Amino acid sequence: MAEILVLVDHVDGEVKKVTFELLTLARRHGDAAAVWIGPGYEGAKDKLAEYGAAKVYVAADEELTSYVVAPKAELLAQLVAERSPAAVLVAATGEGKEIAGRLAVKTESGVLTDVVDVADGFVGEHSIFGGSIVSHAKVSKGTPIIAVRPNSTAPEAAPSTPAEEQVSVTLSDAAKAAKVVEKVVQEKGERPELTEAAIVVSGGRGVGGADNFKLIEELADSLGAAVGASRAATDAGWYPHTFQVGQTGKTVSPQLYIAVGISGAIQHRAGMQTSKTIVAINKDPEAPIFELVDYGVVGDLFQVAPKLTEEITKRK
Amino acid sequence: MNIVVCVKQVPDTATERKLRSDDKTLDREAVDGVINELDEYAVEEALTIKEAHGGEVTVLTMGPAKASDSIRKALAMGADKAVHVSDEALHGSDALSTSYALAQVLKKVGFDIVILGSESTDARTGMLAAMLSERLGVPQVTLANKVEIDGSSLKAQRLTDYGFDRVEASLPAVVSVVEKINEPRYPSFKGIMAAKKKPVEKLAVADAEIDAAKVGLAGASTEVVDFADAPPREKGQIVKDEGDGGVKVAEFLASKKFI
Repeated sequence: MAEILVLVDHVDGEVKKVTFELLTLARRHGDAAAVWIGPGYEGAKDKLAEYGAAKVYVAADEELTSYVVAPKAELLAQLVAERSPAAVLVAATGEGKEIAGRLAVKTESGVLTDVVDVADGFVGEHSIFGGSIVSHAKVSKGTPIIAVRPNSTAPEAAPSTPAEEQVSVTLSDAAKAAKVVEKVVQEKGERPELTEAAIVVSGGRGVGGADNFKLIEELADSLGAAVGASRAATDAGWYPHTFQVGQTGKTVSPQLYIAVGISGAIQHRAGMQTSKTIVAINKDPEAPIFELVDYGVVGDLFQVAPKLTEEITKRK
Repeated sequence: MNIVVCVKQVPDTATERKLRSDDKTLDREAVDGVINELDEYAVEEALTIKEAHGGEVTVLTMGPAKASDSIRKALAMGADKAVHVSDEALHGSDALSTSYALAQVLKKVGFDIVILGSESTDARTGMLAAMLSERLGVPQVTLANKVEIDGSSLKAQRLTDYGFDRVEASLPAVVSVVEKINEPRYPSFKGIMAAKKKPVEKLAVADAEIDAAKVGLAGASTEVVDFADAPPREKGQIVKDEGDGGVKVAEFLASKKFI
């Protein structure tokens, strides 16, 4: 079977869940060949084996992670040229999409971004315009480069014993033009990352103030969920902008999305409409969010949310 | 400082957006076009840089004649002039060919810094800045929430999943900025009036040495196979809180094995 390159998404050796989703997808269409760039492979190799990587290309040179994006694209372009993979899969994160973009230019290949599934012939499925339209697209030139939205495929373990191959690339000067002089890791606390979380609890205009977001956080913590916020809430300064879910914020696709005090304007729906199960608590029975829900409660969030948190805690 | 800011006209996100059944491209006739709101941060950043370092801000857009609305908006905010690349041959260009066409124009008009928004709200590929950097062979300083320029050196904070990277590069460079890097100004009445007199250079593909075979639907390296309205979600159950709303949600979550 043809090889499919999967770029491993990791932070200093800690592999992101989306990588296991990509490996799972790749195995459906060929042999999954993970591409590891940067330090920390030894601590992560078992995880890649667990999710069925048939091979791992290891490029451990720190130089590859000392510059913005370009070196990773250069390494992948070299692998594409030498190994002629059937396709290249990356995570549709901010950086993943940029790597895909540069790789597409280098290899003169078509690129699909933010796909939610990959069918035979590398046809990518997109959920566009706030989830109102489902479209399918394929690459008609070069090697298909596909950026896959995190959380859109359920990762399946398939233990393997991957062959390892050390690879390196001589970087061009152009790839070394934007130097990363410092990586600043911001304390995230105990909560899972928004785009990777299985459950997301978001608060909106109805929450009414920064202090009240404690209710949202408590509900999220009872479920082990990430916290999100609508644009109304972040624009008001009640919750940091990095947690904004929506058209101009993060796109999430969790198993369960709980919208609290969020009306469900198109701006917000664009960021959460592909969630598998949707629950809403809102005092306005006409709120458009109720068109999307699997379960909705019309009521005062200040009454309903704390009771829900209490009930969940009680049932644990 | 020669500052070029790329803007895109997109359908208003508050309206219902559609694809055309004939060639499966965005139906730009059916909806109101507005400047991509994420580009307003790029325009503001360009104007801020000009105010601090001098120079000129050129708005660059590619799109049909209607896209001049977005150009006017950027000019009214304070940009000095504009280049509008418009040609029937460009219709249906994908990200790869758009980056090719814009790179050709940028080579022609010249730049010290090219600034873009982080993505467009219609296609949402988030790739264009990286592609332009690759094509132009200049540093990629993207997803920035802080940009500082000192002479010909550039320092920025690039947002990442784990926090941010401090990045350093030299001009010329391609920069993309994220929402909330600044607060885009509203055009003043004076600005709106002045915008009407500012020069807008119209370029067809031949004017910018763009190979027509590499753009448009014919030059695209991706192809939309089909599309359809998303299946409506099954109607969920909606209850009114009678003091038991929290418990009912918990029961629902338990029935779905979330708790």
